[in-house]
Amino acid sequence: MPIPDETGSVSVRASGAPALVAEALVRAFAGRKAVNGVSVTLAAGECLALFGPNGAGKTTLLRLLGGLLKPTRGTTHLLGTPVPGPADTRRLVGLISHHAMLYPALTVRENVHFAAECQGVIDAAGATTDVLGRLRILDREHTPVRFLSRGLQQRVSIARALVHGPRLVLLDEPYTGLDEVGALAFTDALRVLKAGGATLLLVTHNLMEGLALADRAVIMRDGAFIHEEAAGPDGFDLPTFQTRYRALVHEGIA
Amino acid sequence: MSGPYAPSMTHRPPSFLGDAWRIARKDLVIEFRTRSAFLAATVFAVLAVVIFRFTWDPTAIPAMDLAPGVLWVIFTFSGLLGLNRSFGLELAERAYDGLLASPVSRESIFTGKVLANLAFVSGVQALALPAVALFFDLHVGSSWGVLIGIVLLASLGLAAVGTLFAAIAANTRLAELLLPMMTLPFFVPLVIPAAQASAVVLRGQPLSDAMAWFKVLLAFDLVFVTACIVVFPFTIEE
Amino acid sequence: MASASASSSAPTPTLPSVRGVDALLVLSVALVIAASVRAIWFTPVDAMLGAAQKIFYLHVPAAIAGLYIACGLLAIASIMYLWIKDERLDRLAESAAEVGLLFMGIVLVTGPIWARTSWGTWWVWEPRITSTLFLWLLVLGYLVLRGAVESPENRARLSAVMGSLAALLVPFIHLTVKLFRGLHPQPVVIKPEKPSMSGEMLSTFGMASIAFILLFFALLRLRYRWATLRDARAALENA
Repeated sequence: MPIPDETGSVSVRASGAPALVAEALVRAFAGRKAVNGVSVTLAAGECLALFGPNGAGKTTLLRLLGGLLKPTRGTTHLLGTPVPGPADTRRLVGLISHHAMLYPALTVRENVHFAAECQGVIDAAGATTDVLGRLRILDREHTPVRFLSRGLQQRVSIARALVHGPRLVLLDEPYTGLDEVGALAFTDALRVLKAGGATLLLVTHNLMEGLALADRAVIMRDGAFIHEEAAGPDGFDLPTFQTRYRALVHEGIA
Repeated sequence: MSGPYAPSMTHRPPSFLGDAWRIARKDLVIEFRTRSAFLAATVFAVLAVVIFRFTWDPTAIPAMDLAPGVLWVIFTFSGLLGLNRSFGLELAERAYDGLLASPVSRESIFTGKVLANLAFVSGVQALALPAVALFFDLHVGSSWGVLIGIVLLASLGLAAVGTLFAAIAANTRLAELLLPMMTLPFFVPLVIPAAQASAVVLRGQPLSDAMAWFKVLLAFDLVFVTACIVVFPFTIEE
Repeated sequence: MASASASSSAPTPTLPSVRGVDALLVLSVALVIAASVRAIWFTPVDAMLGAAQKIFYLHVPAAIAGLYIACGLLAIASIMYLWIKDERLDRLAESAAEVGLLFMGIVLVTGPIWARTSWGTWWVWEPRITSTLFLWLLVLGYLVLRGAVESPENRARLSAVMGSLAALLVPFIHLTVKLFRGLHPQPVVIKPEKPSMSGEMLSTFGMASIAFILLFFALLRLRYRWATLRDARAALENA
């Protein structure tokens, strides 16, 4: 799947067929339900932002939808295949988190190349050059990752997550530790991804960044969605959403 | 673009050996670059040999009697030094999550890491063995081949069991302390046969005397390499 | 078992011994006392081994319960947990490990006492007691692992992995120790495995064995109930 260039000229929006369908997902840990009856449908190119307090179950839900965890009950289908499914289907998913998910002693290129090969990309070297170029880190490709700044490491992490062209990208608090410049660059990269038809799931505490990208926003608490909202023609209204968020999460008013 | 997932022209299915080999190579490259664990293990080994040598009374115990024990005690503890790093490097920046989220099978992850640990442990023994021979004035002669064979057999068992328990220990608070506690009883059927077989070889006794010990080593390797590959996926939360 | 504790305890989880009497525990303790009395005063002294031989009536039954039954339960529960993932199996494994550790501890204490009084040395590298030592260390490692894992699900899963591997290890330990022992025969002729016993001694032994096995199961059940209550309480707190 080609990653479009920075102008984002390629735009493939929802074609009608849902890319990600999850029904009545429940995940319990020793009796405690981290995710309690969540259903969600997303189309290709859509971005869903997940907000909520710590312990709401956002990360668990993310991992369920990406097939990294098995649900206690309920089903998830990604592009028609059940998830978790056969090992081969794991390459549909890309994972970005606040951890770099890199090997500090290896260089930028080695890290991304390794990921590409593990994901089964046939021309791993070419794909690596490609994605490093798109993310503008080709000039640092032979630097060991541990010598890079946090912002650059995050970019390498993005390259690692996208080199195999995933259809579903899971983002778990990716803005943590990023400065303003880094955060802006990251959001741009995600926009490009969306335009290319990938479905994004973004968990973040940063309301502003999350709403900037999202087509839909959801507030989660105690394992369930307590509020869902779709973006208007001009996106989301941040102050309104912020007020709503504080009311629901801090006051506990349903 | 959308639609049901189908095999692609740009992706190939995962391959057990290829993935295992790639992971082993990655682990070894990382260890080679940081060198911390290997250095610690070899320094420990050589120091231990020296200490054993200088606390030994040659008139009370002949070298042939003490050397095998020394060799295999060193083997056990220096092997342990390398094992925690096997999953430590994966968890430092959570690269493990990325690996688990790829099509690579759990079995090949395990096999790759065992291969890397096997290289590590064998590497340390490659230095410890000559050190012991040197300090204890052993005349090994033609038995080098057999000794190396014993080292490889024992190293395989240690690598398999050690890697599995390193995977378990990585999930816990006290990984460094817990790993030896869990694994040392498992090393008993490796270390005792290895030491006994080494003694037979070093004394110049016929190999048939050590047959029973070789069989135990071989059986242990067969049973535990298989068993560890089978249970490894259970160390991963799903 | 969960229902038994629910019916006998107050609304908030407490230890089951607060209310009601555990009949099995009382019976087994009584039987152990009876067997001990019989062993000490009503069983003939072994001609060859002397009065110290009577430790045998404590040592071997404890081994039967602690080694064979406890470790067997631990192994089976671990393997089955990996298959079925039922948390009751995990509690069983945990309980068997702890009670087994206690009984094996008795074996490891009585063994050297017997060795010291009979043969003058504290430790004898006899295959069975050496294996018991290794198994004791193994079970201890198992319990330390359990203590080091925070999440209950992970704890159950990881300790089941260790328990399953431990099950495979046992024959190897026996084999290794036996082979080693075969190379180093003891200077004194010891037959701690199968001392020849008269009819009266055999029946005392049988009684002691039954008593200890019952005691083991009584303690196991007690420990299991405690684990059930603890987990129920934790679930309530987390819900």
